[in-house]
This record gives sequence, C-alpha cells and structure tokens, in this order.
Amino acid sequence: MSETANNPMLSQALAQAPEPPKELVREPLVLNQRNVGWISDQVAGIIEKKTPTWWWIALGASISVMSLTFIMIAYLVGTGVGVWGLNHPVAWGWAIVNFVFWIGHAGTLISAILFLLRQKWRTSINRAAEAMTLFAVACAGIFPLIHVGRIWFAWWLFPIPNANGIWPQFRSPLLWDVFAVSTYGTVSLLFWYTGLIPDLATMRDRAKDKLRKFLYGLFALGWTGSNRHWSNYEKAYLLLAGLSTPLVLSVHSIVSFDFAVSQLPGWHTTIFPPYFVAGAIFSGFGMVLTLLVPLRTICNLEDLITKRHIELMCMVLLATGSIVGYAYMMEFFIAWYGGNPYERYAFINRAFGPYWWSYWIMITCNVITPHLFWSKTIRSNMIVVFMLSIVVNIGMWFERFVIVVTSLHRDFLPANWGYYSPTIVDVLTFVGTFGLFFTLFLLFMRFLPMIAISEVKAITPQADPHHPLGGAKEGGHH
Amino acid sequence: MESESQKAYGLVAEFDTPADIMEAARQVRNLGFTKWDVHTPYPIHGMDQAMGMNNSKVGWFTFLGGITGFTTGYLMIWFMNAFDYPLIVGGKPMFSPYFAFPVGYELTILLGAFGTLFGMFFLNKLPRLHHPLLKNRNFAKVTHDKYFLVVEVEDPKFDESQIRELLTDNGSTNIELVEE
Repeated sequence: MSETANNPMLSQALAQAPEPPKELVREPLVLNQRNVGWISDQVAGIIEKKTPTWWWIALGASISVMSLTFIMIAYLVGTGVGVWGLNHPVAWGWAIVNFVFWIGHAGTLISAILFLLRQKWRTSINRAAEAMTLFAVACAGIFPLIHVGRIWFAWWLFPIPNANGIWPQFRSPLLWDVFAVSTYGTVSLLFWYTGLIPDLATMRDRAKDKLRKFLYGLFALGWTGSNRHWSNYEKAYLLLAGLSTPLVLSVHSIVSFDFAVSQLPGWHTTIFPPYFVAGAIFSGFGMVLTLLVPLRTICNLEDLITKRHIELMCMVLLATGSIVGYAYMMEFFIAWYGGNPYERYAFINRAFGPYWWSYWIMITCNVITPHLFWSKTIRSNMIVVFMLSIVVNIGMWFERFVIVVTSLHRDFLPANWGYYSPTIVDVLTFVGTFGLFFTLFLLFMRFLPMIAISEVKAITPQADPHHPLGGAKEGGHH
Repeated sequence: MESESQKAYGLVAEFDTPADIMEAARQVRNLGFTKWDVHTPYPIHGMDQAMGMNNSKVGWFTFLGGITGFTTGYLMIWFMNAFDYPLIVGGKPMFSPYFAFPVGYELTILLGAFGTLFGMFFLNKLPRLHHPLLKNRNFAKVTHDKYFLVVEVEDPKFDESQIRELLTDNGSTNIELVEE
C-alpha cells in the first residue's frame, strides 16, 4: 500500500472512488471498535463478578441430574447388565448409542481446523467449543467402561497382561478405540490448556485476592507475554492444531470401525469413516450453538460472539448436514447397487421396518432441518437458531440409535430377529450424563475465561501494527 | 537479602500502541542489543522479524515425539501379540503393519503433542513461577492492553541514559528500572 502514498494521482483517484456496496463490506468480528483492554475486562468480568443466582440454580439442577447417572451405575454394577434392555439379538443398546453420541461433539476439530484455515472468527468460539469436547468425552468415556458388564475387568482394555499373562489383542477395532479415545481426550486437553496459558496469566494479573492470584499464577506457569515466548508458543499451537485435525478425523474413523469392520449388514460399509467425521462436526457445531446462543446474551458477549459468528456456524451446519444427508442417501444407493440381498433388506428394514419412526426422526432433524439455514431471517433469529440447534442434537442421537439398533435387531436369519426397548435404567443413566456435562460446563464458565482473550485481541484492528487504529502512521503498509 | 534486592534487572519501557513498540524494537535490534525482549498481551504479527528472530525450533520436538510414538506403538504390538504371548485370532498373522497402524498412528499423535507442549516449555524455560518483571505492579498491564520493551542490565551494550532517550523518542510513555 506504500505505493499509494508515493503516487499523488493514485491517492487522489482512491479518495474520489465511491464507497464499496454495503453487501461487500465485511462486518467486523468485534463490534463497536472495542479496544483490547475492553476485551479482557468483559471476558474476565464474567468470572470476577459476584456469582449470579441463575448459576447456582443451574448448578444445583445439573448436579441433581448428574447424580442419576451415578446412582444408576451403582445399581447396574450391584445387580448386573440385566437391568438394561439388552438381550439377544440386540447386545449393543443405549450404552453404545450414548457413547458414540457424546464422542461425536468435535469441538477440538472445530477449533483446530478453523485455525489451520485461518478463519479469524474462530477466536470467539474456540475456547467454549474445546471445553464442550472435553466434557462430552468425559460423558462418553463412562459408557464403554460400564457396558463391559463385569466392570472390575475393565482394565483388560489396557495394555497390561491379565492373570494368565495374556495381552489384549490388537486386531480388534475395539482396542484401537481405546487408544483413539484416550489419545483424543488427552490431546484435546493439551490443546485447550495451551490456549489457556496466556489467559490464565491475564487472570493472575487481574486477581485481587491471594488465593486466586496463586492458583491462576500456578497454572499460568510464569507467562510474561515475552515475544521470544510467543514465537515458540505460536509454533507449538500451530503444530498442536496440525496434530489435532488428523487426530479427530482418526478418532471418528476408528469409532466407525467398531461397526464397519464387522460383517453385519448395515454396519459393514466403507462410507462410515468420512460420514462419522462429518456427523461429528455437525453435532459439534449444534452443541456449540446450544451453549453459546443463550450465553452470549446472559454474559453480555454480543460484541464478541456477534450475529455474524452465529450465522457462520449455521452455514457450517447447513454444509455438514448436507454431507450427512448425502451419506444417508449413498448408503441406500450402495445397498441397492451392491446387489447383496441382506444389505438391501437391512436398509429397507431401517426405513420401513419396526424402527421406521427412529429413521424418519433422524432424517427430519439432520437432513431437512439444516436446510432452513438457507434463509438469512432464520439464521439471524437467535431463538429459532437455539431451537434448531437442539433439533440437530436430537437428530444426531437418533442417527446412532438407527445405526446400532436397526442393524442388530434383524440379521441374516429370522431366528435372530427381535425388538429392543430400553429400560428406565438405560434412560436415567443417559439423562444423568447431561447433568454431568452441564455441571462441568458451568464450573468452566465460572472459573476460566470462556472466550480466548488473547486470541480475540490479536484479531482486532487495534492490535495490528500496520493499521491506523494500531498506531500506524501514514496509512500503514502490508 | 538486602544487597540482592537492590540489584537491577533491566530497563522497562511502556508503550501504548503495537506500531510504536514495533518501531522501537526494530531500532533496538539495529543497535545490536542482545539481552532484550518485547512483552505484549497477544502475539504481534511481524514482531519476530522486527526483533530479528529465527524460526522457532518447536517442530523438532514434535518430530521426535511423533517418531517415538510410532516406534513405541509398533514395537508394543509386536511384543504383546507376536513375541511374548502369540495368540492365534481368526487365522490372522501374529503381526502385521496393517492392524498395528491405528494404534501406532494414535501414539504418534499423542507423543507428538506431548513433545510439542514440553518442547515449547523447554525452549521458553517455563514453568517459571518467579520473575523480576512479575513483581512490578505496572508490568501487570502486559496481559491487559500495554506493550513493554525490556533491555536487561546484563546486555554488554547497556547504557541507561542512551536507552531511555531512544525509547522516549519512539513514543514510550513510562520508563522504569526494575530490580532483580
């Protein structure tokens, strides 16, 4: 741009040029030209202010609901898996449905992939999205552990020899899953914590009382904002994003291998890995919207999580929902085109058999609903977006139910046919995990910055040394 | 301890805008200082070049971690399933690089991520729970909205009055000598 300053004719021409049309002007990511100090005041203010009454009520409710899960687990372990609705032929019921549902909230992927693609709008949502993933993984992790039945043998999943010196066998996708999910949880935590370090330092420097100063200081590890540190930090963050992206793709692929590597019609399909990944982004964004649409109003964050952010997320829902819809369609096509009668039967039975209702709930929520987001009026109506995001979550739970239950309940021989229904224990165990999820999320938003303070600062024009608002003289240069 | 606390750590200059501190950093670099740094609330794009810094070496730690993870995964599976207690499962080979891949891949990423994070800590000499700058009340604004340039007393070219003049000319709003 320095050419402009040197060339009087060009600068004169530019001065007379008409304003660009309104639809071409990009809305800023932080509204009202907030300066960098305002950003930390606003985000840290949520934590520093007196605990609001609604938070105590929500926490109390969440903890009560959460206790259901633990009571039901105690009952399950004390009595046996007979308290669940599992039986021949459906031996994988709600436990696996719930596991895949909770693991399929890909907030780490949302954060990492948007970072690699240089999408600056991610800075307002990435912290909450990553936290959501961690808490969802915590909920997911419960189910494989308790579904093994004799929970005191769950350690057989880990690479430790059992009493006869036999090791776990690595030809099984279930064991791949153990490694995939534990790596996923750990790396998501590392990625989240790395992002938190500069913000913990902000909290440390603002802290008024000693305990806060000590605790935030301890976890901030002595961060001083040194540029020599930032240089290594940014490289590490980039590499972690670069590792997290293929990691999350592999996790959802491996979860899908639990099904796809078996020989069962309805599970044995090569489309599963990409289809599970798209589904995880879809339900991840769904849950991020469910959490952030109300919180941006409650916590006065409308200048940071703007309508544009919400709209962009709705557009991602539209895109990934369409990919998921394409996968449903392609499964049907291959069931016909592949010429395997068992495969064909499995899919006709899925849509028109005894579980037809679950299939059509799934189609309505995941394939039809996202297409409402073509309309800008719907995308910018926060109440409608909030409700549709819940619809997406419901749809994604039903997707897993359809995959697990409809494929199992009628396999090759009519002798192996049956109808599965959950018991009240199944239902309450699952309902309780929402309590666990919201308990963890409420604690997170009370004690840690919900928005990545330093990252949002860095994308404002005030933070750019080449921008007039960042103090650049003579129009700046690039 | 009296004598120790009086020892100076360095000259700390405060700036109001990223453009000012970037220009100041460029000049401090050109004068050939070696023990100095810039502290900012967020990473400033272009500051590495202004300070004359080289590309970060974190990637090597990632690479080492990744290699270790991949090797560990493959060796572990071979040892458990083909060497220590071979088990025949479905007539499949005792060991094959194909079925070992998912676990090897996950461990590559797991140890690669640990290598990245701990490599970053190692290069940054973190955690460091005590730092002369963190005792300075004014410096706490570094995580809020101010920008600081620090020249350490130990720099061979350290000359207090010269640096004060240079940084004031470049728009520093406040300059203090911080004690160790």
